[in-house]
Parts: sequence; C-alpha cells; structure tokens
Amino acid sequence: MTDAVPALSLAGVNVAYDGYRALADVSLNVAAGEAFGLVGESGSGKSTLLRAIAGLAPVTAGTLRVEGETLTGQRRGRAFHARVQMVFQDPYGSLHPRHTIDRQLLEPLAIHGVDATSPRILRALDEVGLGAGFRFRYPHQLSGGQRQRVAIARALILEPAILLLDEPTSALDASVQAEVLNLLEQVRAERGLTYVLVSHDLGVVTHMCDRLAVMHGGRIVEELPADDLVAGRIGTDYTRKLMVASAGFRRGSDGHGHADE
Amino acid sequence: MTPMLTVEDLAISFATRTGRFEAVRGVSFTLGRERLGIVGESGSGKSLTGRAIMGLTPPSADVTARRLAFDGIDLLTAPPAQRRALRGARLSMVLQDPKYSLDPVMSIGRQIVETLRTHERVSRREARERALDMLAAVQIENPARVFDLYPHEVSGGMGQRAMIAMMLIANPELLIADEPTSALDVTVQLEVLGILDRLVTDRGMGLIFISHDLRLVSSFCDRVLVMYAGRVVEEIAAAELAHARHPYTRGLLACVPVPGHDRHPLPVLDRRPEWRL
Ligand SMILES: Nc1ncnc2c1ncn2[C@@H]1O[C@H](COP(=O)(O)OP(=O)(O)OP(=O)(O)O)[C@@H](O)[C@H]1O
Ligand SMILES: Nc1ncnc2c1ncn2[C@@H]1O[C@H](COP(=O)(O)OP(=O)(O)OP(=O)(O)O)[C@@H](O)[C@H]1O
Ligand SMILES: [Mg+2]
Ligand SMILES: [Mg+2]
Repeated sequence: MTDAVPALSLAGVNVAYDGYRALADVSLNVAAGEAFGLVGESGSGKSTLLRAIAGLAPVTAGTLRVEGETLTGQRRGRAFHARVQMVFQDPYGSLHPRHTIDRQLLEPLAIHGVDATSPRILRALDEVGLGAGFRFRYPHQLSGGQRQRVAIARALILEPAILLLDEPTSALDASVQAEVLNLLEQVRAERGLTYVLVSHDLGVVTHMCDRLAVMHGGRIVEELPADDLVAGRIGTDYTRKLMVASAGFRRGSDGHGHADE
Repeated sequence: MTPMLTVEDLAISFATRTGRFEAVRGVSFTLGRERLGIVGESGSGKSLTGRAIMGLTPPSADVTARRLAFDGIDLLTAPPAQRRALRGARLSMVLQDPKYSLDPVMSIGRQIVETLRTHERVSRREARERALDMLAAVQIENPARVFDLYPHEVSGGMGQRAMIAMMLIANPELLIADEPTSALDVTVQLEVLGILDRLVTDRGMGLIFISHDLRLVSSFCDRVLVMYAGRVVEEIAAAELAHARHPYTRGLLACVPVPGHDRHPLPVLDRRPEWRL
C-alpha cells in the first residue's frame, strides 16, 4: 500500500445502544478508489458501521476520518453529503412517503445548488432502468425493486466520491441487479469512486469488491482479498460456514450440520 | 384432490395519468400443500398477485378474476368481514418491506403477542413465552432483548425474521412469503427455510414463496412460476430451472454473479417487446 490518504479510516470505533455494543473496536482503512465489501451474519453490525460514518449511530469511542478529515459528533454538514452518500438497506424507510420521485431526486440537487435539474433527474432515472413514467409517482406506487432503484438514483445524482451501499441489490431480480451492478462499476471506473458495499450475497461481493471484511458480533473477525475468499483461502470457521451455506438449500439438512462433513 | 387455492385469469390494473396500467394480466395457477415459487422481473406483478389473494391490494387497484378461491370460498364475493377473518386465521402474508409493515410504535414482542392473542385464548404469560420461542426458532440470538425493541431498533434481517415469527405464530394454512429472506445472510436463510419446509411437510401448509433468488428457489421449491410484465411466462419444476425454456428465464440465469467467474460487465438481458405480449 502507498501512504496516500485513505478515503475512509476507522480506528477503534465503538457504538453502543443503551449499553448494547453494536460495534466493538472496529478499525478499517479503505483506499481511495477501492471497492470494499462487508459481509457477516444478520445483526453483526454491518449497517451500524455505515450508519456510524453517516452520523446516524451513537459512536462512544474511536475516530472516523473521511479523506483524512476527522468526523466529530453526529453532525455531518453539507460538504460531507456532497462527498459521501448512502443507499439504505430499507428503501421504503429512506424515501419520503408523501413526496413524488421527482421531489425526492430534486431535493439533494436543490440543497447543493445544482441547476439544470430536470435533465439530471431524467438521466438518473434512466441510469437505473426507470423510464420518465415513474417520475411523478409516489413510493407506494412502486414495486420493492423500483423503490430500491430510486434510492440508488438519489445517491448517485450528486456525484459523490464515496458511496456507502447497504444491500443495494437485494430487492432486485437478477437481470436488474446485473444492470445496477454494471452501472455502479462503470461510474466507479469513470469517476474513481470509493465503495463500501454490504451484501449477504457472496457472488455480488466478490464480483464488486477487491477486499472484504467479515463481521461477527460487532467485530471484524477477518479481512481478506476477495480472491482469497473465492479460492477458499479462509482464516476463520465462520467465514467458511458462510461459503458453504451459499451453495443453496438442502432438504432435511435443517440448514445447519451439513457445513462440516 | 381439490387444490387449496385456485387463481384463474387474475388481472390487476390502475388508472394513471397516461391511461390504464395493467400490472397483472391473466395469471392462473393452483396451489396444493406444496412450495410454489414465484420469480420474475422487478415490477412484474409478483407482490400484487400475493396481495390480491390476501385482499390487501390498494383501494386504487382494480382486481378482477374468473375465479379466486381458497378452500372453496369465493374470495371475490366474500364480504370484507369474512376476508378479514380469513386473513387473521387461515391466510398470512410476510410482506416485502418488513420494517414498513411492522407497527413502528409497538415493540416487536408486543406485536407478536397481540397476533397470537387474537387467534388463541392464551394467558399473557404463555403468550410471551410462545413469542420468545418463536423468535428463537427464527434464529434471533437474544430473544429477550429483541422482544422489547421497536422496529427501528432492529437490523434489516432481524425485522424480516420478526415479521416471519409474527405470521407463523398464527399457524396459517396458506402462507405467502414475499422475499422473506432477502435481508438474511446465507446461514440464517437456510434456518428460516428449514422452518418453512417443516410446516409444509409436517403440517400440510401451502406456501407461495416469492423471491428473486434463483438459487434458493430452485433448491427449495417444488414448482416455479416465472412472471414477466404482469404475466406468467413459464411454469417449471423447480429442479428443472436450469433448463428453463423462456428466454427471460434463461437470460435471468446468465446474469447471476457467481464467485470465481470474472465477468465484467455482467451479461444483461436484451428484453424483447414480444415478451410483453
Ligand atoms: N436504535 C437501536 N437501538 C437498539 N439497538 C440497535 C439500534 N440499532 C441497531 N441496534 C442493534 O445493533 C445490532 C446490529 O445491527 P445492524 O443493523 O448493524 O446489523 P446488520 O449487520 O446490518 O444486520 P442485517 O444483515 O440483518 O441488516 C443489532 O443487534 C440491532 O438490534
Ligand atoms: N398503487 C399503485 N399504483 C400504480 N402502479 C402500481 C401501484 N402499485 C404497484 N404498481 C405497479 O405495478 C407493477 C407490479 O408491482 P409489484 O409490486 O407486484 O411488482 P413485483 O413483481 O413485486 O416487483 P419487485 O420484485 O420489484 O418487488 C409495478 O410496475 C408497479 O410500479
Ligand atoms: Mg443491515
Ligand atoms: Mg415485490
């Protein structure tokens, strides 16, 4: 590695909710232009890690830096949001229920004083495979996958440098997923974007990411190159279990027990 | 053997500013005590089909069918009170956006307890025990903690499992599960499928399993319907999914990123206008 300033840097970060430790001493560096994956069991703290960066989780200890600048408290200013955008795991919750899609996409542009909004909105919708016909609909008039695509369009519309993606394609069918993943790769190549991508789909993570971290119980238990995961060069039992389970369902297996044989 | 559920020529449409939008067109299938998978393009009408069976389509939707029957009951002519009663006791649906479908101002545990108590006369204490057991069954690690959390305080996968626990505690005869495991990591996914599988095999529950995860559907379901632009374009035995015939289904299989296969960019579908016919 060079001594260039990492895009993201976490050192000894802790997050606690009423004494419950959702993140425990998490340290992590993500280089500028890198695509970094986060995997791990449900409730292990993946979303919390992204939320801590976005100022949406109570950090009780540790330091967080974005492009070398230390983030303090939970306030994130306008400059932060111009650099860092997040796609939330639960798109319904992150879209305003009584605003049209047009307004959801317009708001970030207006806040950041961007003009020529109309062509940008149309382009953003088109990029995620939604025609102009969706522009004046409300979130409840969309399917689950269509809502997810609006959330992705909204994150991309400001052309941020760092994207935090929480299960961005888990609500999409394989064909739309492929289109969205290709789009994300293409903008990364064009604009040198940095990604942190959470996904439980190891196919998606290894396709998109150079390196990844495996989380368990609020901690990072292993950090490895995606190629090592693919080749089975794995250091912990938990990671190995994840690999085996991703092969599919086996009747009568109870879902466990067949991991080691 | 008469099927538990019959759907014949189901159509769902909406009035929009640009005319009528036909979201579901001529969908027909039957369901017995089996696992029926529904896969298909985002926006192809999978969730609306499930909602129509439940009687949960939005008021603006126009729903018609030649026949829509559950256990001999004509759902289209059944009075609202009867449909509500069915929904409570015999039909359940795990909705696609679990956190949105849970009541935001009631703790997870209380929601499960209330669901149970509308179905069975049980003491408060027993209801609590059973809710905790159900949370443990869906692999929630610390049920006692999660029992008291509100929906915004749980992770995506925990919310999804809370919703499954709530639907299962009512002991339905027919369960429609809409992307029930999309937020779960693979190990937990398999545990949850194991529970659903036992309910079908041991208790004879009918299951409609809506998912975009082809790998899961082909290994878990008996039969699969493939939807595209509001229609069923293919019906196939789940184990045969790899040999699907419709170009949409075949294309779908080719788009899936597989660990170890370096394909950048991923192949995408060339959607043909004639697929919409
Ligand atoms: N506001 C909150 N109050 C209390 N606990 C919380 C809150 N937010 C998160 N938690 C807890 O923090 C833990 C980690 O949650 P997080 O959402 O980060 O998990 P995750 O790894 O993203 O899981 P999933 O894959 O299911 O989305 C969970 O046990 C959750 O209940
Ligand atoms: N209230 C509504 N008004 C207008 N159109 C609607 C409404 N609800 C749904 N639709 C449209 O109906 C179509 C089918 O929606 P549905 O939610 O059934 O899709 P789906 O197959 O479940 O997709 P996904 O995989 O993305 O969840 C979509 O194109 C959607 O935009
Ligand atoms: Mg999460
Ligand atoms: Mg849906």
